[in-house]
Amino acid sequence: MNALTLWFHKTGSPPTAYRLAGRIMPWCYGLGLVLGLVALYGGLVLAPRDYQQGDAYRIIFIHVPCAWMSLFAYFFMAANAFIALVWRIKLSEVLAMAAAPIGAAFTFITLVTGSIWGKPMWGTWWTWDARLTSELVLLFLYLGVIGLHAAIEDRRQAARAAGFLALIGIVNIPIVHFSVNWWNTLHQGSTVRLMGPSKIDASMIWPLLLMALATHVWFFGSVLARTRIGLLELDGGKDWVRAIALDDDKEAHA
Amino acid sequence: MNDFLAMGGYGAYVWSAYAVFFVVLALEALAPRTTRRRVLADLRGRLKRRDARNEASA
Repeated sequence: MNALTLWFHKTGSPPTAYRLAGRIMPWCYGLGLVLGLVALYGGLVLAPRDYQQGDAYRIIFIHVPCAWMSLFAYFFMAANAFIALVWRIKLSEVLAMAAAPIGAAFTFITLVTGSIWGKPMWGTWWTWDARLTSELVLLFLYLGVIGLHAAIEDRRQAARAAGFLALIGIVNIPIVHFSVNWWNTLHQGSTVRLMGPSKIDASMIWPLLLMALATHVWFFGSVLARTRIGLLELDGGKDWVRAIALDDDKEAHA
Repeated sequence: MNDFLAMGGYGAYVWSAYAVFFVVLALEALAPRTTRRRVLADLRGRLKRRDARNEASA
């Protein structure tokens, strides 16, 4: 084995991954929280009122970052599911399944905040437009993956079956993303663009992008927290898990 | 301050959206803690049963 494979093998081994995740996790949560609070201050206090939507537009600072996260988490889940199915890497199975509930949470926030934003701006809580419908399908895909994973007792078989479902569901991702271009709908088009100028003022875009960064960092903190639990479940009978379980009991009774 | 809370008449919409954001993310962050405690308690239960079986057969 060369040095890289050796490193990869060692880092991917459950006890090492568990320890490493435990060390990085608090930093992700902390950084996510600080960045998020700064972004909120920028979005709620510093950014000027929109000339058309008044202050209602301020929902954008949570709605859009959460919508991006709903797609990013799915991509993360599907990529890890792919690695898990092809190369049978245990850590990837755990990572993929750790991302599902977080993605579901972000998708739920996207749908609810969008609905709350839609009422004053469109005059309706909900409409079966392409963007809204495909995002709802995304939520059901997440719930399907979580449900399938929970329904099978053997942890590795469960992760493989759910990972397979996650891979099939990836066809929905471009539909969500491009729906506002493909169909002429009530939902507005992209405001922030990677290519070309964004259709939003600098005073409004920095809190939006900072919140996007904060939710990404937060996402990784949560992935690590859930990965640690997944590793404990996977290695339930091993000595290192046994030591942690007994330590935890001592702490609880101390 | 009241102006800030009123959000130009959209206060109810803006603040309820932010409330959903905070509540869901807070629950999402707390969930692993409860799961972790449950998983470790399950494991201890299994270990105890196994030890008891080993003693009985010894």
